[in-house]
Amino acid sequence: MGREFGEVILDLQSVSLAFGGVKALTDISFNVREHEIRAIIGPNGAGKSSMLNVINGVYRPQQGEIILRGQHFTRMNPYKAARAGISRTFQNIALFKGMSVIDNLMTGRNLKIRSNLLQQAFWWGPARREELAHRAKVEEVIDFLEIQHIRKTPVGRLPYGLQKRVDLGRALAMEPSILLLDEPMAGMNVEEKQDMCRFILDVNDQFGTTIVLIEHDMGVVMDVSDRVVVLDYGRKIGDGVPDEVRANPEVVSAYLGASH
Amino acid sequence: MLYRENGQFRTSYAADQQIFPIAQDRWAILAIVVFAFVGVPLLVDEYLFRAILIPFLILSLAAIGVNILVGYCGQITLGAGAFMAVGAYAAYNFHIRLDGLPLLVSFLLGGCTAAAVGIFFGIPSLRVRGLYLAVATLAAQFFTDWVFLRVPWFTNNASSGSVSVANLQILSWQIETPTDKYLLCLTILVVFALLAKNMTRCAIGRQWMAIRDMDVAAEVIGIRPLFAKLSAFAVSSFFVGTAGALWGFVHLASWEPAAFSVDRSFQLLFMVIIGGLGSIMGSFFGAAFIVILPIMLNQFLPAIGRVFGISISTAGVSHAELIIFGVLIIFFLIKEPHGIARMWSTGKEKLRLWPFPH
Ligand SMILES: Nc1ncnc2c1ncn2[C@@H]1O[C@H](COP(=O)(O)OP(=O)(O)O)[C@@H](O)[C@H]1O
Ligand SMILES: [Mg+2]
Repeated sequence: MGREFGEVILDLQSVSLAFGGVKALTDISFNVREHEIRAIIGPNGAGKSSMLNVINGVYRPQQGEIILRGQHFTRMNPYKAARAGISRTFQNIALFKGMSVIDNLMTGRNLKIRSNLLQQAFWWGPARREELAHRAKVEEVIDFLEIQHIRKTPVGRLPYGLQKRVDLGRALAMEPSILLLDEPMAGMNVEEKQDMCRFILDVNDQFGTTIVLIEHDMGVVMDVSDRVVVLDYGRKIGDGVPDEVRANPEVVSAYLGASH
Repeated sequence: MLYRENGQFRTSYAADQQIFPIAQDRWAILAIVVFAFVGVPLLVDEYLFRAILIPFLILSLAAIGVNILVGYCGQITLGAGAFMAVGAYAAYNFHIRLDGLPLLVSFLLGGCTAAAVGIFFGIPSLRVRGLYLAVATLAAQFFTDWVFLRVPWFTNNASSGSVSVANLQILSWQIETPTDKYLLCLTILVVFALLAKNMTRCAIGRQWMAIRDMDVAAEVIGIRPLFAKLSAFAVSSFFVGTAGALWGFVHLASWEPAAFSVDRSFQLLFMVIIGGLGSIMGSFFGAAFIVILPIMLNQFLPAIGRVFGISISTAGVSHAELIIFGVLIIFFLIKEPHGIARMWSTGKEKLRLWPFPH
């Protein structure tokens, strides 16, 4: 592909995760390099979403370590992950349904807010200025995602495809250095998928954001990703550039062969 | 064709982020506030002040507090009455124990004490939600009932927990007549409502709503549930506590713990459900509704009964009141969880398009 990547910024080492007797992840190691688009694929229930949940601390693995920019975490939590510049979208959209599109995106700015509760209550200078500055930043995201026409709409009223886009917008509003996307194109029509693909590539390209992408559509995965991890029943069965993965017989039989 | 936003282009984010971005709304609110300060005192008699307006203002303040917690942050509470009691008795103790403490400072310290107690009883919210949290906040209610009845220190050794205050004064303003009391409550309410509105349109308000709507996503975005929930309990209890102080000092002048019973907690919860969860304006609607409905029923139900040749007793009226509340609560919970406030804004939206429905 001829693209240049930086150092490994996210390294997972021997991660195992179980829910009671169900082993969601078994001894998984892989890394993510700065600036790349790293795909995770695998059949339903393979443990892909669990993997993302481990990375940003929603799930605590029983074993293993996460090394983020050289810093070791055995216990990640969502807040630490957010502070470290990791943001994400969700497989089942997890927007704030009662809030407008703008407010949803503004929540993405939360970690950058400096004014305190009293200043906000009095709409005091710093709070007001900050509110305006973040609004301007959020408007940039809105323009980028071409959702100007719905900025005031409560997200609960939006169609599914647009909700997915707002979900991405909220993650982008954080100005993340690592973006985790959990099936951002699931349930979309062809046109919406193309738009979403374009946004993902643009984010990666324009902002240099590292992206970890879970996707079912093999065409998309092979097109956009730089390297691919393949999971099956919570085990890693393949890892490499798309062509390598495609040629791996184990992957073919487990996943591409559509045996289950 | 008067209610229009045509031609009012908002050319900056600042203009767009105003509390009332539409000019007509701004003027209407300003007119209402001016009328409330200037017109009402000229027009209204003593009975109306005592029976309706003062309770309405104070309960609106408390309802805003409950709405912050229940409507904005999604944490159920049945302890509002308790936090009113804490506000009232704390303000009372500051008032009588610290000589020369300005009255307003006593009120605010009452609110702060309620905030502290609110934070304490909010701690379970970090672990449990829904019914379990309701029970935990109900514990606050029983706890305060007991404390103010049984620990004589809090009531300055008065028997049965009954206390009274007299000669209220702010600087050189003697608060004696119902008009004085009304103006005092109105001023405090206007300021507090503005503070609440500001908070709910700022970062802290978005944190509360994010926790309400989807707590996992909120955490992932860097919102700490601990801070968001406990700050909602604190701010809410501060409002409710200040309202409690006003209720005791200004409305009742002498009171006992029964004034802040669990009935009050339920009443406040009903107000925000009927008025509109997650709406400052809704808190006013709800308070107005619940204060006025019983009085209306008292006036009109017997009269209507006479028309049909039925005599309706006082007990009958109060039963009817309970039935009507029950039906309304069920109606709003099922049909319109955003209450009267949502009906109001839908109505306005229709008005904006009127006479062309599409
Ligand atoms: N919160 C949870 N509680 C119990 N089991 C879970 C939970 N999350 C995931 N699992 C289980 O872990 C396995 C992997 O799930 P998941 O990561 O969602 O797969 P994928 O995203 O690849 O479809 C499944 O067997 C699923 O049932
Ligand atoms: Mg999944």
